Amino acid sequence: MNIHEYQAKEIFRKYNVPVPKGKVAFTVDEAVEAAKELGGKLWVVKAQIHAGGRGLGGGVKLAKSLDEVRHWADEILGMTLVTHQTGPEGKVVHKVYIEEGADIAKEYYLGMLLDRAAEMPVMMASTEGGMEIEKVAAETPEKIVKVTIDPTVGFQGFHGRKLAFGLGLPKEEVGTFIKFASALYKAYMDNDAEMVEINPLIKTGDGKFLALDAKMGFDDNALYRHPDIAEMRDLDEEEPTEMEAKAHGLSYIKLDGNVGCMVNGAGLAMATMDIIKHEGGEPANFLDVGGGANPETVAKGFEIILKDPNVKAIFVNIFGGIVRCDRVANGILEATKITDVNVPVIVRLDGTNAAEAAEILKNANIENIIAAENLADGARKAVAAAKGEL
Amino acid sequence: MSILVNKDTKVIVQGFTGKEGTFHASQCIDYGTQIVGGVTPGKGGQEHLGRPVFNTVEEAVASTGATVSMIFVPPAFVADAVMEAADAGVELAVIITEGAPVRDMMYAKMYATKKGMSTIGPNCPGIITAEECKIGIMPGNIFKKGNVGLISKSGTLTYEASHQVVQEGYGITTAVGIGGDPIIGLSYKQLLPMFEADPETEAIVMIGEIGGDLEIQAAAYIKEHISKPVVAFIAGQTAPKGKRMGHAGAIISGGSGTAAEKMAALEAAGVKVVVSPADIGKAVKEVLTK
Repeated sequence: MNIHEYQAKEIFRKYNVPVPKGKVAFTVDEAVEAAKELGGKLWVVKAQIHAGGRGLGGGVKLAKSLDEVRHWADEILGMTLVTHQTGPEGKVVHKVYIEEGADIAKEYYLGMLLDRAAEMPVMMASTEGGMEIEKVAAETPEKIVKVTIDPTVGFQGFHGRKLAFGLGLPKEEVGTFIKFASALYKAYMDNDAEMVEINPLIKTGDGKFLALDAKMGFDDNALYRHPDIAEMRDLDEEEPTEMEAKAHGLSYIKLDGNVGCMVNGAGLAMATMDIIKHEGGEPANFLDVGGGANPETVAKGFEIILKDPNVKAIFVNIFGGIVRCDRVANGILEATKITDVNVPVIVRLDGTNAAEAAEILKNANIENIIAAENLADGARKAVAAAKGEL
Repeated sequence: MSILVNKDTKVIVQGFTGKEGTFHASQCIDYGTQIVGGVTPGKGGQEHLGRPVFNTVEEAVASTGATVSMIFVPPAFVADAVMEAADAGVELAVIITEGAPVRDMMYAKMYATKKGMSTIGPNCPGIITAEECKIGIMPGNIFKKGNVGLISKSGTLTYEASHQVVQEGYGITTAVGIGGDPIIGLSYKQLLPMFEADPETEAIVMIGEIGGDLEIQAAAYIKEHISKPVVAFIAGQTAPKGKRMGHAGAIISGGSGTAAEKMAALEAAGVKVVVSPADIGKAVKEVLTK
């Protein structure tokens, strides 16, 4: 689960990771009020959406007066912000963060995530603040300093020194930096974060480090023990169909093609998308109905897939194991009674009792349910059906 | 022959008396697995599925001589269960539970390693030595005995691959579902040498997916150390970047962990990589009749 910049900064404050003063605002009036309360002569009005590249998209503006705060808040609130991370459809901005202007002497990058190879968290720092870290990693990897941190000992001074000297900080700033990095480590570990990114981390004219931006993501499996963080979920940022699927125990991701896919198991679901593409089609979605594939989940699956008007055919690819294929076949027939399925459905059932299942589907004699002989045959038929060639 | 488990392997079940534990333990017993007991704290002294129940893993191991534990406890208690097994001297823990927090698994695996216990999973179908020993939730009837070793991150794709291998007239020595979480126990790199050393295994199928770099590590290992033919399929060739595809670890982050880079690395290591998941069986036949 991801959260907004303003929420990540709330967590930072709690852990003594220094951030500029700021307040979130949902209306233009609130934005102006927030700026007044913050005081000073310079403010930044920042769109709050879950995507990077907000500045380039016009979602971050500098205001030198309260009138300018009003102007930019009015401009940004309600706008559809398109960045390289939102996709071409962009995201509507529902809130802005008003922050005091900062005196930037130098920009850095600081982030943490799980190093899957080391099976420990890794902290990364770079002198290339403001740049996308993936780009730095690809083009100038020598500009990234990394330390993996064994959580059984935690963040030690040497971790901090390696990063600080790696960034070329003068020795009088090393201590301040270590304090900053150590606080960030604690914020990450305590909250079961999956990633935290400060880009840019700035050094001010008077030698202080401040998190000018803040991004955090959390391990969904650990949210049960962080109710405060679970509450930060912003439903405006979630894909409604994906959320609905999740509520029913299904895992759904919408894609751009026209062949709907319903599969049991995540790996087989990905493989099904791949074979659709391999046979010359485009998958409309990823959908894992779970290992069991019972009538209710299959019916819900049909309903969710058909919400996408692009879908011209559905490929049901179920490998029956402990749940036998004949039961799944009956489930599919039952599901078509619950949900009106008005596109061709190509059904491939393999595994335990596959022959019985084929018999059941054949005898049901439903026009738009087409049985496939195997995985490749099913994919071919589904692609053909979506093109209107079956 | 086989790897890790066989007909003589003694297995206990943690989370024995729960719904999942009960259902799958009885399926394993039907398959012929030596389930010798189980652990459910507070139910020690009872009998379940005709086997003794213990309060602690330590008692269960002492009393039954089990060397493997199959774990079904709820996600919040997985780390504790794994560490308890490691502490009790269990040699291999097969963690079926889905949804364990990553941080918990990080600590649990470190502790297990320190105690010399291997782990498989979490969030996996388990391990099966065909027609001898099933420790997990896979449908046993799909796995006919043969000469192909199987390592896979995905459950149903494991069944699919085994089914295809059997349809081509071959069979399986041992199949290991390693799971698709960000931190997992035994992986390709540890299992490949076991199959290489197993005299009955003549070919190895590895099923991978997007996310992380375990397949890339496997490719480097295969190039240097594996003489037996390897067939690979990587799921998620069409997966969008930055989206988690069902499994917690199946995500292309920052442009790395793509199927394309894994397929290229495996191919460069001499692995027979299939683009279509329907071609796994055929590719096995091809490498075995060459």
